[in-house]
Amino acid sequence: MRFSVLVETRLRAGVADPQGATIERSLPALGFDGVSGVRVGKAFRFTIESDDEAAARAEVEDMCKRFLTNPVIEDATISVESNGPA
Amino acid sequence: MAPRVGVVVFPGSNCEFDVVEAVRSLGGDAELLWHAQASLGDVEAIVLPGGFAHGDYLRPGAIARFSPVMKAVEAFAAAGGPVVGICNGFQVLCEAGLLPGALQKNAGLKFLCKPVVVRVETDTTALTVDVRVGTELRIPINHFEGNYTCEPETLAELRADDRIVLRYTDNPNGSVDDIAGICSAGRNVVGLMPHPERACHPMLGSTDGAPLLRSLLVRAGALAA
Repeated sequence: MRFSVLVETRLRAGVADPQGATIERSLPALGFDGVSGVRVGKAFRFTIESDDEAAARAEVEDMCKRFLTNPVIEDATISVESNGPA
Repeated sequence: MAPRVGVVVFPGSNCEFDVVEAVRSLGGDAELLWHAQASLGDVEAIVLPGGFAHGDYLRPGAIARFSPVMKAVEAFAAAGGPVVGICNGFQVLCEAGLLPGALQKNAGLKFLCKPVVVRVETDTTALTVDVRVGTELRIPINHFEGNYTCEPETLAELRADDRIVLRYTDNPNGSVDDIAGICSAGRNVVGLMPHPERACHPMLGSTDGAPLLRSLLVRAGALAA
């Protein structure tokens, strides 16, 4: 089975995000008022071949832990969607 | 025999020749080690120099930690060999798990390139055996991601075990507890953001980096003896 994967990583809650803070401070200058909680992260999209969804997810979680995130400062959300048989 | 220092070169490293020059000017022997080699040869100390290893893609140090040479560096460190990571090298050591914590973007979101003053906080590490505690050194920094951060428990441990090696006297980047450099539990692995190799000659405006690199040579020599 082939799965489409979306991994979004961001700085963990409580870790200062200077990029997000700067963007947030800039928005009112463009007329966007009332925006708060801006956090900047990364998105990774790829496909993976795996026996089933649980196995695909487990592999992506391991990938996140060991490579895609730095667990000291970042965490990730993972979406896995089946593309049908490979 | 002069102590032999291996300077690891990743694709994108750019301070390796500065380190080689500084080490030689202090009486040491230095050689470059390409990141793809699996062995360190007969060196007695390792420096991971500054730069942008693997383009800093993903995160600084995130890809460099998987370079073949890093397995050998880990084994060398585990055996007590002195390993120093300068700037990008510090980031690599953190990503590789040889030092705790992480370096994130400077609090002010500015790339900082200027001399700063750091205070030596311990004289029992591979980088400070030849320096007195309390000594203030003027050494340049040159980084965008030098804001040291770690879990509160890690910070408590670093403090309790006297593992904070250098502190900024005027914190330039938002690092927790003014940390400019830390060491491993074994005190042989040291990471720091300032560049001592750029402060080893009067022509460079400061020679304050020399006692740090001289300390590394002392440690390397001890290993050789």
